[in-house]
Amino acid sequence: MAFSIYDLTAFNQSIHEALVQNLSPFWALIVEMTIIGLVFLLFYAIVGLFLVYAERKICGFIQNRVGPNRVGPYGIFQTIADFIKLLMKELIYIKNADKFLFNLAPFIVIIASFMAIAAIPFGLGLHAIDFNIGVLYVMAVSSLGVIGILLAGWSSNNKYSLIGAMRSGAQIVSYELSIGLSLVTIVILSGSMQLSTIVEQQRNCWFIFSGHIPAFIAFVIFLIASTAETNRGPFDLAEAESELTAGFHTEYSGIKFAFFFLAEYMNMFIVASMAATLFWGGWMPFHIPGLTSFNHVMDFIPPFFWYMGKTMVVIFLMMWFKWTFPRLRIDQLLKLEWKFLLPINLFNIVLMALVVLMGWHL
Amino acid sequence: MTEEIVQHDIEQEEYLLNMGPQHPSTHGVLRLLISLKGETVANIEPHCGYIHRGIEKMCEKLTYQQIIHLTDRLDYLSAHINNEAVCLLVEDALQIEVPERVKYIRTIISELSRLASHELWWCAFGMDMGALTTYFYGLRDREKILDIFEETTGGRLLQSYNCPGGLMNDIHPNFQKRIKEFIPYFRKKLPEYDELLTGNVIMQERTKGIGPISKEDVISWGVTGPSGRGSGFACDVRKHHPYSAYDKVQFEEILFTEGDSLARYKVRIAEMWESLKILEQLVDNIPEGDYAVKMKPIIKLPEGEYYQRVEACRGEFGVYVISSGEKYPVRVKLRSPNFSNLSALNRMAAGFKIADLVAVGGSLDLVIPDIDR
Amino acid sequence: MNSIIKYLKDLFGGIKTLLTGMMVTGYYFVHPKEIVTQQYPENRKTLVMLDRFKGELVMPHDENNQHKCTACSICEINCPNGTIEVISKQTETEDGKKKKELDTYIYKLGMCTFCGLCVKVCPQDAIEFSNEFEHAVFDKEKLTKTLNHPGSSLKSKQTAQ
Repeated sequence: MAFSIYDLTAFNQSIHEALVQNLSPFWALIVEMTIIGLVFLLFYAIVGLFLVYAERKICGFIQNRVGPNRVGPYGIFQTIADFIKLLMKELIYIKNADKFLFNLAPFIVIIASFMAIAAIPFGLGLHAIDFNIGVLYVMAVSSLGVIGILLAGWSSNNKYSLIGAMRSGAQIVSYELSIGLSLVTIVILSGSMQLSTIVEQQRNCWFIFSGHIPAFIAFVIFLIASTAETNRGPFDLAEAESELTAGFHTEYSGIKFAFFFLAEYMNMFIVASMAATLFWGGWMPFHIPGLTSFNHVMDFIPPFFWYMGKTMVVIFLMMWFKWTFPRLRIDQLLKLEWKFLLPINLFNIVLMALVVLMGWHL
Repeated sequence: MTEEIVQHDIEQEEYLLNMGPQHPSTHGVLRLLISLKGETVANIEPHCGYIHRGIEKMCEKLTYQQIIHLTDRLDYLSAHINNEAVCLLVEDALQIEVPERVKYIRTIISELSRLASHELWWCAFGMDMGALTTYFYGLRDREKILDIFEETTGGRLLQSYNCPGGLMNDIHPNFQKRIKEFIPYFRKKLPEYDELLTGNVIMQERTKGIGPISKEDVISWGVTGPSGRGSGFACDVRKHHPYSAYDKVQFEEILFTEGDSLARYKVRIAEMWESLKILEQLVDNIPEGDYAVKMKPIIKLPEGEYYQRVEACRGEFGVYVISSGEKYPVRVKLRSPNFSNLSALNRMAAGFKIADLVAVGGSLDLVIPDIDR
Repeated sequence: MNSIIKYLKDLFGGIKTLLTGMMVTGYYFVHPKEIVTQQYPENRKTLVMLDRFKGELVMPHDENNQHKCTACSICEINCPNGTIEVISKQTETEDGKKKKELDTYIYKLGMCTFCGLCVKVCPQDAIEFSNEFEHAVFDKEKLTKTLNHPGSSLKSKQTAQ
């Protein structure tokens, strides 16, 4: 049986059928879930390591340096070496820390980001769960991570950590609004919250083009708010190196620190893939209505590569922000949200509703 | 022992935070004891002495030639200027007239030091604000100046190029050529600093109106240098009490009246332009002559008290020497600019946020070994 | 109305300054030729230090294993940190005269601050700074160096001419 890399539905179906024929439905489900879990775990590790490497290389080039270049050709094994180093490091026990919460916090952070991956469509048929409320689910789950950050800051028994955690709480509560509202803009345009439907609707024209100005504004706001939500770039107040040494993860060492570190990069990956899915058509190739031959050439590139390419572009933008801008102060951060992003967003939703009602979108 | 339960009034209680001795933004081993109310800084208490080496006491057992190399270790970024202060003091006390050539070369290297120091300040200031890229751009340009130093003096950070009566050796034949290459290079790179950081809206918001200090306060706290001039205190020793070749060059004393972090920032950026101007005027006109006056191997200052001040990169640096006519001084007092600048930190940053404290500290450009001596 | 215009002006003015900053970093990102990093251990063969660089103190010896140090100890007296220790010995020449000669010239690199006073005051120009900068050792004792080579002797005036 031949499988196409353009449509993996048949491939998934054949695995499912093979399992059902040999096992009872319950065990087939268990095996399927295990396989998916393992695949995601592997994917998670590879993407995390790659993103750390990419960030270090990109910031190196931006800063007139060459970045890591010692371990392996062009330093590609640098992150693996770092990871091994982190695994071998001592886990420092902190006196007077709330031990249970202290150990729990990194897991909450990493589980939150892990759960969000499940709903993201990586390609046609490459989709763990296709919720009919996918957008809502990703938003809800990805904002769970802040609980881990708050716990980490609280339980470390460190003043810097506590300040960092509180900042992070205030920050995410505010920016969650902007993310939600900018996604609502797109939900209005598409009329669906199911991610597969949203991607399917962008077959002919991505939403950022078909939604005209409101979609573009929503994209910019989403980019800013998601940078803030992942505690990155100019919004890294929760760890603010020059003020709070390392913020909420000051006291963490070894693999527990690695969890926070990995979760930060994975959160970035998740918001980038959400941006790609909702605004740039996810795994949909770039199509221009009318140019059939051009569209065929674009179709030749497998959907997974389209998806990864778009995600990487968004991630690059976020890294570019981080290595260019100074950090905001906490009150300015909140001012930006409540005085600029929120009013613009509300106005934008009205605009989008108007566009949809009048049928101005493509 | 039974555990005592103390009823805390959370609203009234101050949250004490030790910033330092190990902290990324104190630029050394400075310890600031901060009382916080939420994110707001209520009071700052600097605790000095973590890098105290007793340099003033050590000077009492060293000859005047040997004292010079200890002044390097105060403000290591204006090492040459500190050395120059001691040399000028000795020359003044012995009433030696150094050749014009020496004066010119000393001035050129002082200005290069100032440029290098302000570049490093710009890097570190960007880092304090969270813009990490500035660090590498600043160091890239500073490296060119350090190469000029290395070629002529043999040292990169601490040059050890001065001695009483002149210089250790003559300038390298490439000295002028390298400076002439550097000036246009840096004139091209300096606007980049403005594009990347000065104009940035986040940076403007972070520094405008933050850590203000009035002219009266600046004078009474003894804040000098760019930090003092940001509040309108005309305290440039180069302009008001010219030494070396500063009376032969045209330059402006940069004065801003706002007194906030942004003003202090702008003073330093403008001083870099002025330093370039001074270099352009001097580099082609170095007169011919000896690089040093022949001095006796053992220098004995006549009995009396001497004071010499120079404009170091961070403010007025002064050397005060009491001599009893022996080859060792009886007492040496070094007036370091950073110590006075630090004392005004509470005045500036109290009532602002923690992030502002970091910005104000960055705009003061503290060098910790200079505070503790 | 004015306040709305000011609001929009602030907004777009702010965005413009942010884009200006991003242009600078973006320029360097796409111009890898601007990279200034030196690949140090790799470029060791081609690395040329500048002549006057004060790496460490050395005592040059000529091909006859002769140096110029007369063990006068002026460098030792002038050194502010006690870095230099000159140990001399008394020898008798053939015609019965007593003569001071250098036994060991001890240089403690770990204490040296590279002020250059020793080289400046030396009346014989017997010592100088070399360009060697790779000083890292695993044992502190190795930083104490003997500068005169074993079996070396003072360069006599005749051979110097």
